[in-house]
Amino acid sequence: MGAYFNDIFSGLWSLCIGLSITFREFFKPVVTVPYPYKTIKMCKRYRGHIELIENEEGKPKCISCGMCQRACPSGCISLASKSVAYEVEVKGEMKTKKKKVLTKYNLDFTTCSLCGLCVTSCNFDAITFSQEYNLVSTRKEDFHFDLLNRLQERNS
Amino acid sequence: MSLTILNVLAAVVAAIAFAALNAAYLVWAERRGAGRIQRRPGPNVNGPFGLLQPPCDGIKLMTKQLMIPGGADKALFMVAPVLTMIPAIASFVTIPFSNTIVAHSMNVGVLMVIGFASLGGMAILFAGWGSRNKYSVMASVRSVSQAISYEVPLFITALTVVLITGTLNLHEMASIQAGGFWNWNITPSLSSPLMPVSFLIFFICILAETNRAPFDLGEAESELVAGFHTEYGSMGFGLFFMAEYAHIVIGTSLITILFLGGWGCPFGLYPGVWWFLIKIYFLIFSFILIRWTFPRTTIYGLLNLSWKVLIPITLFNLLLTAGLLKVF
Repeated sequence: MGAYFNDIFSGLWSLCIGLSITFREFFKPVVTVPYPYKTIKMCKRYRGHIELIENEEGKPKCISCGMCQRACPSGCISLASKSVAYEVEVKGEMKTKKKKVLTKYNLDFTTCSLCGLCVTSCNFDAITFSQEYNLVSTRKEDFHFDLLNRLQERNS
Repeated sequence: MSLTILNVLAAVVAAIAFAALNAAYLVWAERRGAGRIQRRPGPNVNGPFGLLQPPCDGIKLMTKQLMIPGGADKALFMVAPVLTMIPAIASFVTIPFSNTIVAHSMNVGVLMVIGFASLGGMAILFAGWGSRNKYSVMASVRSVSQAISYEVPLFITALTVVLITGTLNLHEMASIQAGGFWNWNITPSLSSPLMPVSFLIFFICILAETNRAPFDLGEAESELVAGFHTEYGSMGFGLFFMAEYAHIVIGTSLITILFLGGWGCPFGLYPGVWWFLIKIYFLIFSFILIRWTFPRTTIYGLLNLSWKVLIPITLFNLLLTAGLLKVF
C-alpha cells in the first residue's frame, strides 16, 4: 500500500518538474533565425565552392600552372591561359620575358565533391573556399561557375 | 417567427461562431505556444504575430476536394465529422458564461454536458469504422476504450461536486461558489477535505476525454498515421479539428464551473464573463503546456491509471464526502 501511494506521489512530482522546465523555456528568447529574412554569418572554415584569390592589383594570383586541374578527381576544373610578353629590368638592362595570364577558369560545381584537393595542391595560394551557401537552382547551367568573371564582378 | 425560435437561432449562431473562432485561434495559440516552448517563433509570417494564419488554413481546408476512399462506408464516413461537431455545439447551450450570458439554464446541465461529451466517442468510432482503414479502426477502438475508462472517474468526481452543491444546474452551481476563492469547490472544507485531489482527477479526465496529449492515443501519429481521421481531407478533417478544440473549450468551461467558481473573481471583485474567459484560457494554456511537455502514454499505462488509481480514489472520495456531509 505504501509503495502504491509512493508511486503516485513520486510520479506526480516528476510531472511537475517536467512542467516547470517547459514553463521556464516558454519565456526564454528564441534561438532560431528566420532564414530568408535574416541570415547568420558563415564561419571561416565553411567549405563552399572554390573561389579565386586576387593579388594587390586586383588580378588573380593564379599563374595557370594547372595543378588544381590535375588534382581534381572529378575533373570539374577547366582553365585556359595565354602567354604575354612583358619587360623587366635585370641588372640595368631591359629584358623581355613571357608569363602566363589566366583567361578562363571554369568550375563545374555539379560534379564537384568539395574534397578540397585543388586548394591543397595550389602552391601559390590562389584559390580558396568561398562562404557561399545560398545555392539552389532548377537548371544545371547555373552551377557552371566562371570564377574569373566572379572575381571581376567582386572587384567592380 | 416567434421570439423563442429567434432566441434559439441566436444561441446556435453564437455557439457556432464562438466554437469556430476558438478552434481557429486555439490552433494558432497551440502552434505559437509549441514554438515558444521549443525556443522557436512558431507561425509568424502571415500578419502580425502570424494572426492571419488561421484564416489561411481555413481557406486551404475549404478549397480542397473531399475524397471518399473506395470501399468506405459512405454514409458513416460522411456522418462522422458532423456527428463530432453536433455535441460540441450543443454543449454550449447550457454553459453559463456569466450570471446573464447563458443560452438555456437547464436543471440537468451537468448530465447534459457529460452526455453530449460521451457522444463524441461514437463519432470517432464511426469515423474509424467507416473509412475502411486498419489504422483508423485501431485508433477508434483505442479511443473508445479510453473514453469508457475515463468517463467513470469523470462522472464520479462530478457526482461528488453535485453532492456538495446539491444541484445539477450549472448556473446555480457557479452562483453558489460566488464571493471569492475560499468559496470555490477546489478549496477543501470540513465536509469535503479531498477537493484539490478531485480537481486534479477531473482535470486529468478532461485531458483524456478531449483526446489531448499525453492521452492522444486516438491519433498517435508515430504508430497510427493520423489515427481515426487518417482518410479525411478537406473540411471533413477541418470539422474533426474544430470539434477537438471545441471539446477543449467545453471541458475547461466545465472545470471552471465545477471547481473554479465560474464567472466569480478570486477576491470577490467585478464578477463577470471576463473572469470566466481568463480562467478557461489559463486552463487551456496549461493544456498546451502539458501537450508539449509529456510524451504519449501507452494504452496499458493509460488504462492502468484510470482503473487502478483514479477510480479507487474517486470512489473513496465520494464515500468520504457523502459521509461527512451527513455528519456536518
